[in-house]
Amino acid sequence: MKIKILVLTIFYFIGSFNLSYAANSEKVDQISKNLRCLICQGQSVYDSQSDFALSMKILIQNKIDEGKNDEQIYDFLKSKYGEWIVYDPEINKNTVLLWVLPLILFVFGGILILRKVSIK
Amino acid sequence: MVKNIKLIAVVFLVIVSFFILLKGLNKTNNYSPNLNSSNIDFNFKAKFLYSNEETTLYELINDKDFSLINIWASWCLPCRDEHPYLLNLNSLGKLNIIGINYKDSEVNAKKFIKELGNPYSKIVVDPSGVNSIELGAYGVPETILINNNSKTILKKYIGPLDDKKLAELKMIIKNEN
Repeated sequence: MKIKILVLTIFYFIGSFNLSYAANSEKVDQISKNLRCLICQGQSVYDSQSDFALSMKILIQNKIDEGKNDEQIYDFLKSKYGEWIVYDPEINKNTVLLWVLPLILFVFGGILILRKVSIK
Repeated sequence: MVKNIKLIAVVFLVIVSFFILLKGLNKTNNYSPNLNSSNIDFNFKAKFLYSNEETTLYELINDKDFSLINIWASWCLPCRDEHPYLLNLNSLGKLNIIGINYKDSEVNAKKFIKELGNPYSKIVVDPSGVNSIELGAYGVPETILINNNSKTILKKYIGPLDDKKLAELKMIIKNEN
C-alpha cells in the first residue's frame, strides 16, 4: 500500500512538472511557428533543429519569462533581423504588388465573366 | 474579340512571369538584413572566458576608436581559416577585437586560443547562443566592425574573413580616421 502511494505521488509530481513545462513551451512553439529560420530557408524556427533556431527558441522563452508579449517579441526580432524573419509581410512599397495583385486578378476575372455573360 | 483579349492576357501573363523568374535567377537566396536597420543593444550581458565575471557590451568596447566583434567557436572549421586574419588585424593596433565564443566548451575554446594565438583583447562566452541572436547574428563565424564613438555598425561580415574582406576592413578604418 505504501509503495502504491509513493509511486502515485512520484507520478503526480512528474505529471505536474511536465504540465508546467509544456505550458511555457507551447507559447514558444506558437511564436516560433511564425518565424522564418534564416539560415535554413523553407523551414520555420519551430521546425528547425539548427543552432540558430535552437538559440532563437531559448531567446523567445527568456523574453516570455521577462514578461514580454508576442508583439514585443516579434518587434524585437524584426529590429534585429528585418521584416523577413516573420512570415506575415507588412504592406510597404516592396510588398504592395503582393497584396494588390490578387485584387487586380479578381477584378480582371470578373470583367471577363461579365463580358461572356453579356455576349450570350 | 473576346478570344483576342484572352490570348493577349495569356501572352502578357507568360511574359511577365518569365521576366519575374529571370530576375529571380540572378538574385542570391541568402538573405541578409539591411545594416542600417540592425541596431545593437549595448546592454548585452555575458561572462568572460577567462574569469567568471559578467560584463556588458558598453564595458567591452570602451577603448580605442573601433571595435571588431568576432563570433567564433573551436568546432567551427572556417573560424580556423580566418584566425590568421584576426591576428593580422590585431597587429595594426587600432582595433579592439572582442571574441564571442559561441556554443563551445570552455576547455576546447581555451585550447583553440592556445594553439592558434589570441587576437582578442577580451573574450566572452555565449553557451546558449542567445547573446549572438541579440547581436543579430546568424552563426559562426561572423564579424562586426563598430565605431566606438558613434556606437554604430560600420560593416558586418557573415562567414569567414578573407583577403578581400581584410583589405576592405583596413580601408574603412583608414577612411574613418
